[in-house]
Amino acid sequence: MEMATVRHRPEALELLEAQSKFTKKELQILYRGFKNPGAISFYECPSGVVNEETFKEIYSQFFPQGDSTTYAHFLFNAFDTDHNGSVSFEDFVMGLSILLRGTVQEKLNWAFNLYDINKDGYITKEEMLDIMKAIYDMMGKCTYPVLKEDAPRQHVETFFQKMDKNKDGVVTIDEFIESCQKDENIMRSMQLFENVI
Amino acid sequence: MAAGVAAWLPFARAAAIGWMPVANCPMPLAPADKNKRQDELIILNVSGRRFQTWRTTLERYPDTLLGSTEKEFFFNEDTKEYFFDRDPEVFRCVLNFYRTGKLHYPRYECISAYDDELAFYGILPEIIGDCCYEEYKDRKRENAERLMDDNDSENNQESLPSLSFRQTMWRAFENPHTSTLALVFYYVTGFFIAVSVITNVVETVPCGTVPGNKELPCGERYAVAFFCLDTACVMIFTVEYLLRLFAAPSRYRFIRSVMSIIDVVAIMPYYIGLVMTNNEDVSGAFVTLRVFRVFRIFKFSRHSQGLRILGYTLKSCASELGFLLFSLTMAIIIFATVMFYAEKGSSASKFTSIPASFWYTIVTMTTLGYGDMVPKTIAGKIFGSICSLSGVLVIALPVPVIVSNFSRIYHQNQRADKRRAQKKARLARIRVAKTGSSNAYLHSKRNGLLNEALELTGSPEDEHLTKTTSLIESQHHHLLHCLEKTTNHEFIDEQMFEQNCMESSMQNYPSTRSPSLSSHPGLTTSCCSRRSKKTTHLPNSNLPATRLRSMQELSTIHIQGSEQPSLTTSRSSLNLKADDVLRPNCKGSQITTAIISIPTPPALTPEGESRPPPSSPGSTTNIPPIGSNIVKVSAL
Repeated sequence: MEMATVRHRPEALELLEAQSKFTKKELQILYRGFKNPGAISFYECPSGVVNEETFKEIYSQFFPQGDSTTYAHFLFNAFDTDHNGSVSFEDFVMGLSILLRGTVQEKLNWAFNLYDINKDGYITKEEMLDIMKAIYDMMGKCTYPVLKEDAPRQHVETFFQKMDKNKDGVVTIDEFIESCQKDENIMRSMQLFENVI
Repeated sequence: MAAGVAAWLPFARAAAIGWMPVANCPMPLAPADKNKRQDELIILNVSGRRFQTWRTTLERYPDTLLGSTEKEFFFNEDTKEYFFDRDPEVFRCVLNFYRTGKLHYPRYECISAYDDELAFYGILPEIIGDCCYEEYKDRKRENAERLMDDNDSENNQESLPSLSFRQTMWRAFENPHTSTLALVFYYVTGFFIAVSVITNVVETVPCGTVPGNKELPCGERYAVAFFCLDTACVMIFTVEYLLRLFAAPSRYRFIRSVMSIIDVVAIMPYYIGLVMTNNEDVSGAFVTLRVFRVFRIFKFSRHSQGLRILGYTLKSCASELGFLLFSLTMAIIIFATVMFYAEKGSSASKFTSIPASFWYTIVTMTTLGYGDMVPKTIAGKIFGSICSLSGVLVIALPVPVIVSNFSRIYHQNQRADKRRAQKKARLARIRVAKTGSSNAYLHSKRNGLLNEALELTGSPEDEHLTKTTSLIESQHHHLLHCLEKTTNHEFIDEQMFEQNCMESSMQNYPSTRSPSLSSHPGLTTSCCSRRSKKTTHLPNSNLPATRLRSMQELSTIHIQGSEQPSLTTSRSSLNLKADDVLRPNCKGSQITTAIISIPTPPALTPEGESRPPPSSPGSTTNIPPIGSNIVKVSAL
């Protein structure tokens, strides 16, 4: 699908500054990186938007040992809030604004949205298993200890034990947020990337 | 990590928030951004032409001159700019590489000047983009050939004593210009090939009559003379073939090569003739063998470059020629059939069968028109004329197409080979880059804790031990570390992985485990435990065998320490203890206090239970702490 001919201009800088939690300078830095991602060998980045293939390739540069395409696919869907097949700069900035500058509630919301693949408001075990497999895929083969076949499934079981309060087999947003707020580790790690930009 | 996508690292790190709810362990601390500078414009003055760019643009590739601190050597304090006394034209390409991630090669630029500039700026030419890579490689190859030619003409006078006799001989055979002896040999064999061919031709010429009024060919009249000539030629050829066989670096490959087959075919008839008796019946068949002697003319291809090229082009053009032949055959069969049935009616027709009509069709289509077969019926004449007209088209049209096709195919063939080699080279590059980055991560992991501990306790005198990695690298490593913590597995390199696989398949070797334990740097199976780098053998490493049931079990060193609040401790207190261990490590690489755990059966103490159960399969944190005041530092 040729999107190279579509020139997408982002909204005005002031508007984005008002909508997101970034300053003008930070938005400038973000846009420079977004519009010119650097050495992507195969896929030319059409100006103004990032399509899924480029997204996957960029993400795979950071995880050389494993296969990050599945996780990048889920990530792409989480960023592409209007589901039009490409991530524009606005989507990118809004996503990053939540992840880096948002409240813990917003971050947990975002994470829930990432796990809920079909966006129906419930995380089922199958969805979680897909996500978990995608994460474990990024580790690749050479791990210590050796990655067993059911490692993702066990991890999903642990997750559901922790999160699924009423044991109905799905995790709703409230259960999720409640369980996460009780867990100190999760709370702490949510603050980890505060000053990334 | 491809530094070109360093701009997206913040995004990748932010996306790591998606792992946080899933992880069961606390995440490692992010590396501190110590000198967080605002992005600034820097001025690069190249021989008077000023270029400006962002500092972060240049830092995308930290292993080049401009991306590292090496450029500080060129910093001019007075004008606050970086001055390079180099070519500004090529610098344009270099700077564009930083901006776009693609290195282009300008066609007007001299290849060696370009290479010099790239070498100065620390950029490998292999990353030239695909659009310009072919051109670059072509020019480079031309240049290399030119250099080689120069070298060869220099080296001609010198003798290379390192070659063995066999190698010198082979070289003499392949390049007649290397020595005068080789040249003499070359001309002698050429002369004898010519003599042999001429003999074959002349001996069939009728020369004079013999009383008995029968025209004899020269071959039979001067049978002895011709026989002597033939013998001489065959002897020379045999000697040459044996010499080549002896000198060939790979005899098997030589035997299979086309030229040697031609050699053999050229001399076999003579030997067969010697062996055969003068039996009348057999010699009839034998005479046809002599036709193979004409293959001696192909031996000229060693002497003629043009013949070799022709042979190669025919070979590479084979499919086109084959198609031409096929279409011709189709046309011939069609017209022959038509002509046969058209002429069937006429009496005394030469078109006795369809195969007989083939001859007519071929002669007509190639516009030869011998006239030995002509159609007599009206229908036959009509179809005959159609045949000759179409013949003109069928024959004449493909020839220029084939010629141009041939030229295109020839070049395309070369380009396809080039592309295949480039693709292989590129995949190798990507693989190397990937292993490079993953190795960098593994390497920094081993040093990582050392650095973190030192940084946190701020010990200045040990600073020199820390390896300075760029901020981007340390952030990338932190990201990978978070992934490890999320999944409770660790990245290791291939060799260790294979080692582990082998070891886990030999699970009955517990007693020999102790030395190997200390040689596994920095491995841990239980999350939340600190790693420490151990390169020395444990002083009292007599680990009882019963404890080591599986290869993936931990061995932990318990270190007596002061009161510890809990095992899921805050980071700082753990660090203090780790620091105590690591300090002696740094200084004397000796473990002063080490108590190896006692293999009590796993009765989990409260400490053991308070740890969140790690979900990594197959590994158990087995050793219960002896007391509540012991910090577990796992060491392998």
